[in-house]
Amino acid sequence: MCGIVGLLVKTPALRERLGELMVPMLIGMTERGPDSAGLAVFGKEVDAGQRKLSLYAGFTDEGAQFPWAALADALNHAMDVTARFDVKGNHAVLTLQGDAERVKLWLREHYPKLYLLSTGRSIDLYKDIGSPAEVAARYDFANLKGSHLVGHTRMATESAVTPDRAHPFTAGEDFCLVHNGSLSNPYGVRRKLEPLGIHFDTDNDTEAACRFIEWRLREGDALPEALQKGFEELDGFYTFLMGTTTELALIRDPFACKPAVVAENDDYVAIASEFRSLAHLPDIRNAKVFEPAPEEMYVWKA
Amino acid sequence: MESLNFDLETQTVRDLNQYLHGDAAALAGQRIAVTSPNGAHNIAVGVDAELHVTIKGHAGYYAGGMNQQATIVIEGSAGTGVAENMMSGKVHVRGFASNGAGASAHGGLLVIDGDAGLRCGISLKGGDIVVGGSVGSFSAFMAQAGRMVICGDAGDALGDSLYEAVLYVRGAVKSLGADAQYEPMSDADLDAVRLLLAAAGLDHDPASFKRIASARTLYHWNADANQEY
Repeated sequence: MCGIVGLLVKTPALRERLGELMVPMLIGMTERGPDSAGLAVFGKEVDAGQRKLSLYAGFTDEGAQFPWAALADALNHAMDVTARFDVKGNHAVLTLQGDAERVKLWLREHYPKLYLLSTGRSIDLYKDIGSPAEVAARYDFANLKGSHLVGHTRMATESAVTPDRAHPFTAGEDFCLVHNGSLSNPYGVRRKLEPLGIHFDTDNDTEAACRFIEWRLREGDALPEALQKGFEELDGFYTFLMGTTTELALIRDPFACKPAVVAENDDYVAIASEFRSLAHLPDIRNAKVFEPAPEEMYVWKA
Repeated sequence: MESLNFDLETQTVRDLNQYLHGDAAALAGQRIAVTSPNGAHNIAVGVDAELHVTIKGHAGYYAGGMNQQATIVIEGSAGTGVAENMMSGKVHVRGFASNGAGASAHGGLLVIDGDAGLRCGISLKGGDIVVGGSVGSFSAFMAQAGRMVICGDAGDALGDSLYEAVLYVRGAVKSLGADAQYEPMSDADLDAVRLLLAAAGLDHDPASFKRIASARTLYHWNADANQEY
């Protein structure tokens, strides 16, 4: 079991309140996912020549005392990328000018225990072990701003309870996926992708789905085409919620084994595994509440 | 007549259910309102008294499960397993219902005004279900006894491995399950549909429904079938 939450605000003024509206949704899914939590938030894009990297220092010896300032100095000394860090304890968003791949190589070489959570122009990603309330407090989720987000509470079944196996998973740039369910063919999918040079970070089944869909997008598929190929290739139980810079997308397996409910009004689209997590959203009484059908694609534009 | 309100913002589902599990004679005739249900699970589960419960909003999983005697109205939608294993009484969902609505209900009447999800009436054991909208795939799977009236459409594999339950469908059926077959509507079927629709507050023409029941070819092991059904 796991919990999924998603929120896309249509009213620009609500972007300031995205995190505040989402925290009760995430905490509402604690019973479905008490062991880890995470979210990806999509905000204003940085310039085309810039990239943001979300970095996790929980695997380093220093943890929450990680010397981010020293890292910034070393990185800026090593290459001209005007790196700056937005730090929250064991987590930081690194904004850089220039080639993100070169920076990632440098980080792997000099800070091998630093874990890369996401890359992109609009995505920031946070995930860690702990209850949803603890993780939300750790990273001050309530003050996050942006147009849409994808969140997850985890009850691990397919791989160990570790920060890197928490959701959301990311691949490529500005793409993330969360999963409630279990895939029956993740290793088959991996064996298709690895010979193409696609690297996996963990043994988690969800990572296979994430990398598969992102691979299709990178190969030029529009999101609906990529999701259609997902229906054909990914076997098992799933509700997937995905985020891109401009979209939130939801699909459920043909047997609808894992739940999802959507509430939509003029101000927002909110998605959760159960209505419990939507019950306290503003004016929810007048929202259109519905259950997304199995094997259908639901894509909302930010 | 006594009327009582439970507000689930300030009271727990356990407070509510413990009250509903009180002395049946004392509870008989009472009207209970549940406000701010907020999708909580297990609302009004295991009631065994002739009372009336109104849930003023969306209910979570298993609302009205194992109901006996009570009339339970959910003014919003219902989560997975609404009225599962109901024995008697009535559960009425004004909105839509999620998967497994009325699963293995032995008696009573489940009415869903909107659509029902997948596996509606799975393993039905004698209860009646009327769905105003459509039902998802695998509905009435292995349904043993009871009746289902579906005013809208049905998904894949309707009535797969059906026993003696009878299904009446007004709309399109995407596919029938193994051993389910269309049969002519008899006068008794028309009467049954008329009465069930009336009990659900619907007024469709009973003659617009098709009857689906078991061909009974799976009742006995057929060694020659070569696992092809």
